[in-house]
Amino acid sequence: MTSTTITGHEPLGRKLVTVLGTRAGRTFVWLLAILWTVPTFGLLITSIRPEHEIKTSGWWTWFKHPQSTFDNYFSVLGKRSGIELGKYFLNSVRIAVPATLFSVLIAALASYAFSWMTFKGRDWLYVGVIALLVVPLQMGIIPLLRLFNVGVHLGSVTLIPAVHVPALVQVWIAHACFGMPFCLFILKNFVSSLPSELIEAAKVDGAGHMTIFRRVVLPLSLASIASLGIFQFLFIWNDFFVGKIFAGGGGKAPITAKLVEVSGNRGQAWHLLTAAAFISAAVPLAVFFSLQRYFVKGLLAGSVKG
Amino acid sequence: MKFSKTIALCAAFAVVATGPAALGAAKGKGKTKTTKAAVSNGPALAGGKIACTNQYAGKKVTIFSPNDSKEDIAAFTFAWAPYEKCTGIKLNWEATKTFEADVKLRLAGGNAPGVIDFPQPGLMATTAKTGKLIELPADIKADLSKNFLPGWLGYGTAADGKVYGAAYQQNFKSFVWYSPKAFAAKGYAIPKSLAELTALSDKIVADGGTPWCAGIESGAATGWVLTDWIEDMMLRTTTPAVYDDWVNHRIPFNDPRVKVAVDAVGAILKNEKYVGNVKAIATTKFQDGGLPILDNKCYMHRQANFYKSFWPAGTTFGETGNVNFFYLPMAKATDPKVMLGGGDLAAATNNKPETIDTIRYLASVDFANTDAKNASKFSPRTDYDTTLLPDKLDQAFANAGKTADIFRFDASDQMPGAVGSGSFWHEATAWIVGGSTDDMLNNIEKSWPKN
Amino acid sequence: MGDVFGAIATIVLGLGVFVGGLLLIYAGTTVVPKRFRERSQIAVFLGPALILIVIGLVVPALRTIWLSLLSDRDGSPFGGLTNYKFMFTDHNERIAILNSMLWVLLGGTVSTALGLTIARFADGAKGEAVAKSLVFIPGALSLAGAGIIWKFVYDGPPFNYGLLNAVTKAIPGWPKGFGGDGQRIWLLEHPAQMNTFLLIVILIWVQTGFATVVLSAAIKGVPESLEEAATVDGATKRQVFYRITLPYIRPALLTVMTTGTIASLKAFDIVQATTGGNFNTSTIANEMYSKFFLEGRDGLASALAVMLFILVIPVVVLNQRGQKRAQQMVGA
Repeated sequence: MTSTTITGHEPLGRKLVTVLGTRAGRTFVWLLAILWTVPTFGLLITSIRPEHEIKTSGWWTWFKHPQSTFDNYFSVLGKRSGIELGKYFLNSVRIAVPATLFSVLIAALASYAFSWMTFKGRDWLYVGVIALLVVPLQMGIIPLLRLFNVGVHLGSVTLIPAVHVPALVQVWIAHACFGMPFCLFILKNFVSSLPSELIEAAKVDGAGHMTIFRRVVLPLSLASIASLGIFQFLFIWNDFFVGKIFAGGGGKAPITAKLVEVSGNRGQAWHLLTAAAFISAAVPLAVFFSLQRYFVKGLLAGSVKG
Repeated sequence: MKFSKTIALCAAFAVVATGPAALGAAKGKGKTKTTKAAVSNGPALAGGKIACTNQYAGKKVTIFSPNDSKEDIAAFTFAWAPYEKCTGIKLNWEATKTFEADVKLRLAGGNAPGVIDFPQPGLMATTAKTGKLIELPADIKADLSKNFLPGWLGYGTAADGKVYGAAYQQNFKSFVWYSPKAFAAKGYAIPKSLAELTALSDKIVADGGTPWCAGIESGAATGWVLTDWIEDMMLRTTTPAVYDDWVNHRIPFNDPRVKVAVDAVGAILKNEKYVGNVKAIATTKFQDGGLPILDNKCYMHRQANFYKSFWPAGTTFGETGNVNFFYLPMAKATDPKVMLGGGDLAAATNNKPETIDTIRYLASVDFANTDAKNASKFSPRTDYDTTLLPDKLDQAFANAGKTADIFRFDASDQMPGAVGSGSFWHEATAWIVGGSTDDMLNNIEKSWPKN
Repeated sequence: MGDVFGAIATIVLGLGVFVGGLLLIYAGTTVVPKRFRERSQIAVFLGPALILIVIGLVVPALRTIWLSLLSDRDGSPFGGLTNYKFMFTDHNERIAILNSMLWVLLGGTVSTALGLTIARFADGAKGEAVAKSLVFIPGALSLAGAGIIWKFVYDGPPFNYGLLNAVTKAIPGWPKGFGGDGQRIWLLEHPAQMNTFLLIVILIWVQTGFATVVLSAAIKGVPESLEEAATVDGATKRQVFYRITLPYIRPALLTVMTTGTIASLKAFDIVQATTGGNFNTSTIANEMYSKFFLEGRDGLASALAVMLFILVIPVVVLNQRGQKRAQQMVGA
């Protein structure tokens, strides 16, 4: 780290620039934060305006003529909406929580293998996996559905018979498949940056891989696992496509799939989406705020070094 | 290390104690209940072809549909109640916004729903080509050719000449929405020919008004409103025979007769005097396209009967209401009236008796009548009772449909997907924002699949 | 209430079965002959991930490559490279490819730069958590939500409920043809691809929260001792940032940049929700989606997907090299 040692004193003028720079920087951050919030704030205001107002005038005119109503929310949540919200909410929990846990756990195991087990072609295998990040999940759905429903056949030879698992498990597997490169991408970088001395010491003590994984790697990576968990959870919660296709629609679809339907066959009630967007965002936001402190503890490479 | 130990413990317990049985239990939850004894549940349905003996107790059929509004789902539930009661079947209405994508995935993935509700004959024909659909039995075919408006048997027929789709619902598109009060205030009369329509438009301009308003934005499907306009004009500037040739690519898409029709639309929609900001049409949501009529910001909006549900709550309809509709006139008042429209075709993916009977019921006059009464839906059948429609406006639509001399199904819905759900939409959208008619037609012709 | 317990039971059972099974298999590997032991244990650790990747991504990727060689236009089953040829010669597809390049160039870099700026200056400042949360919120909204939110920003005449026109109209001296009259149709006008830029803004808006959160955590992970040593030596804050912090968080920067770039490549939902790919705004991913699902042109759609895959390879290789170098540097 000698290259980063700095010698010599800064002239006063440059210090002033730094202080001003910091102040300007902070002002910039706040401006950005406010700018980032304006569109969402606009949606919030819009969601409490009456239909006709929404469709004919800008949301900022609300400050001049504050006409408020919770009709949009009632229409989405109320009995008349035909959405049994509680039921679909539970569906989403049933899909998102295990799917997140599975993906993260499996990715943690594989990250350990990619970092601390040696085998031929390890690095190339990893690069290959990361490159799969870009495979559009729309392309992955048909082969996976076929695996579950008809199996794999080569001509008339059955290579793999249909894998009959409950619809819910299908959704978990689908999400774990499509999210795996991302989970590995985030986690492997962290796990491989753990101090090798710790791992070696455990090996010298006669610990096997599973012991090292459970007693050294898992505890040290908990913060980054938690942060990855949050992102993976957000993706899964906000998805409606995979959930709907694999859960077989009907009564098992996630809440997001139901909420996009509030706008009606031809989208005539699209103004209701304003309220629906907030309702579906409530859970991810709550998760983010309650787990935010984990981010502070360090997310990626470097947090335990030095 | 407490954390991991607890998990391991739980796991060991789970595997030893419940393991596979637990997953099995979750799976068995949806299994059928005990079958009731066969009894007669009343008079048979579908002209006696569906007996009411509780024969399908415990059976379930899924109908997969793009109609996902809560009103539709509720109304359908009503409309098939007699059939469920009669046969003991349980119908499951699965509706989705991303219908085309979902159907494709479900069929290719080996998870086909029993009945598919196709809003596009083109998509139904392509699906039939993959061998995933079942040919309908002779009695349904006979019913389609005997008791339906002419043409509907053809829309359910694929390229191989077999009938796969039974129409059970339809809509009408050759309508212009207007405000009767605004018309009365200015002394405007309902035009009876295209010349009168142009004269009226000019008169409105002369009076300082904007005659037309339109909106074609519809997400990935942006442009379909324009294809409807062009189809309506095709039917007015040429003949239904030429229209059919155009649909089936017996004449090229850039045929001069098509150009005449497109330019006729352009004379209205690409005319700043008629519509104000032409380009704004491309980014205006089609759902909102006609709303300015309520504020007298424009006078006419060409859109199908289903635009009824887009007017805000509280809007009144009919000659004394806020809005009403008139028939988009033919070129001459004396020409036979052609109605452009669309509809839903029910197709089966398996040969089980309960699947076929479900289609038999959907196509029957029993369904048509309950559907009209409970859901205000129109049937392509000739023998259903339109007076059952609860709404005056809906009765007027049905009447307009009945009094039309010729019906034609939406052309883009019959064309191959690459055109009907692709280049036709995109090129029409590029055309409205300034592209030339020739470019549009040549590009679409180029995109037509060559087989 | 029973439903809630049912849900919890499903979750616990599902997880329990999985973890238990894994531990049992692992226990099995400890008794196999020694020379197979390491290999079998690698299989246990790597197996689940690889199985998922093979069934969910590798098989589909291979199938996509195969499909891309089939013709979907003239009925002959094997089309060779016709789909690829079409992709590079068709006017619309070429626009989509160029647009995707623009997305890739801007999407990853701008969101990373903004995230870094926020993470850097918010670090230790008053209200840091609030500022960061505000930036993060867009990432928690579904894309259906994002689509409708930006409708209320970009909307133009006739209803004109978009905020952007109201703002440009209110600014005195703003060029008239550029929204100064409050009548601009933002998503339509495309001199210099302005509308594509506006769509990229939406992606940046969504993606910056992720960048901020990850980079902020990385900055907090820089050992204070290093920064203090530098400060004692008289380095300014700015110097500390550029010479200590930045090199130290390089892996995180690469991660964020790569994620952002890949998100840009895959962007189709934003396009679908706003312009539907019209007005020269389509992207490769959007073309792929509509060709596959709406037009039934599986061959062309697959070729487009392969194109996405080829485009991402340099990004991944660069990332991998950078990560390696960063690790060597920090680990030295």
